[in-house]
Amino acid sequence: MQLEAKDIGFRYDDGPWLFRGVNLSVEPGEVVGITGPSGRGKTTLCRILSSYETPLEGTVTYNGAPIPKKGYHPVQMVLQHPEKAINPRWKMHKILHEGYHPDEELLALLGIEQEWLTRWPHELSGGEMQRFCVARALGQNTRFLIADEMTTMLDAITQAQIWHAVSEIAKKREMGIIVVTHEVKLMQRLCHRIIDFSG
Amino acid sequence: MSILEVKNLSVSFKQYTAGLKQTNHKVISSLNVTLEAGEILAVVGASGSGKSLLAHAILGILPSNASVSGVITFEGEELTSARQKAVRGKEIALVPQSVNFLDPLMHVGSQVRTSVKKGDAVKAQRAVFERLHLRQEVEQMYPFQLSGGMARRTLLSTAMVSGVKVIIADEPTPGLDPVVIKEALDQFREFANQGCAVMLITHDIESALQIADKIAVFYAGTTVEIAKVEDFLGQSEAIRHPYSKALWRALPQNDFIPIPGSQPHPSALPTGCLFAPRCEMATPECWEAQPDIRNLRDGMVRCIHAT
Repeated sequence: MQLEAKDIGFRYDDGPWLFRGVNLSVEPGEVVGITGPSGRGKTTLCRILSSYETPLEGTVTYNGAPIPKKGYHPVQMVLQHPEKAINPRWKMHKILHEGYHPDEELLALLGIEQEWLTRWPHELSGGEMQRFCVARALGQNTRFLIADEMTTMLDAITQAQIWHAVSEIAKKREMGIIVVTHEVKLMQRLCHRIIDFSG
Repeated sequence: MSILEVKNLSVSFKQYTAGLKQTNHKVISSLNVTLEAGEILAVVGASGSGKSLLAHAILGILPSNASVSGVITFEGEELTSARQKAVRGKEIALVPQSVNFLDPLMHVGSQVRTSVKKGDAVKAQRAVFERLHLRQEVEQMYPFQLSGGMARRTLLSTAMVSGVKVIIADEPTPGLDPVVIKEALDQFREFANQGCAVMLITHDIESALQIADKIAVFYAGTTVEIAKVEDFLGQSEAIRHPYSKALWRALPQNDFIPIPGSQPHPSALPTGCLFAPRCEMATPECWEAQPDIRNLRDGMVRCIHAT
């Protein structure tokens, strides 16, 4: 159940190559950190791994085969800005239940309160919204979670709460996590190994 | 003399609940901060604690359903809405939190040049881009072509070339790599050393500790503690308020242990101390009335138990 990227290369339109020959593999239950200066394509690599972009060179395989184009995607991504990742005209319960119905236990673990479900996105703080985005990405069939600066906008207490919950779930389900962050201390806390993505 | 002073600030939002029924949500209550010339004040706290609203209240750019009470003075004179308009971008600059504040249809180089008031705009813009590690071709790009970190550096550049006296930087560092963060912070320090002042709104306590002189900790729309930076270095004994202590303990470089629960919503604030529902030290009197902010060991704290 391994996620593997082989010789990935990507560029936008006719621009210069953002990166070429990138190799990465993540085992179930493994927490891998990706660090590097901004603008070198960390986010783009994450988007390729979760099939939001198609690589121009190389392949992404899950379990040795290409990721199926239909059905639930085993690699789910959580972005830095929750306010840009949710529909501002939907109430929170609709956003949360778009893909599946998370159970009470998961909601409790992430500290999502029942009362928040009837609110609009703008009535929640960034930290509260991000909990929904995390819950939404943690469907039963998620095998790998990509956290692209997932807690960068949050205060230390909320950051620790969300990571404790995600780590617990990952351990229970043997889920792999890719952590993209500039915060060295956080990376050292969470990751089994760290990849330097200096391009 | 303090360059900017905020006294007893309250901000509330009027909202429609059902039909024509309106309610008032108090999102900032009795908040006090002062900013001295030559000083960097870091404002830290959870998201939704009113940090950005404070910045917007100072600049007078709150939405129309907000009502503000309290006094804000700039260089000793009250900052009325007419004066806010006059000083905005000329004396006080904001580095906005959201990268959506960039003009999507304008090259970013030109955007930065429009805020240069004196001297050669192109030269000033190129100098600041070089300092923040933005390549020269970036000035010909549109915001959608930039990465998150590059967009944030463009926002920073705009404030830095503007020649103002006060910069209010709302979360200027997330998504930047350590080298660029250091450059940006050094530039703030130099700016303050010239007799100007910076209000650095951030949740990144680590960067705040590197350059700030004072730290103001916000919780649920009020200041719970104002302390010298030294109090936050080393172990947490010198920290006064239990919320500040919890924040310190939750940092990845410390214990990484969170306290449970979340900040109360403005529509359901507790009657007593705003932190009481999550506080280990809470006693029955904490639930009775919100404590006043008081002086303690060369700092300020809003807690009856703090020593």
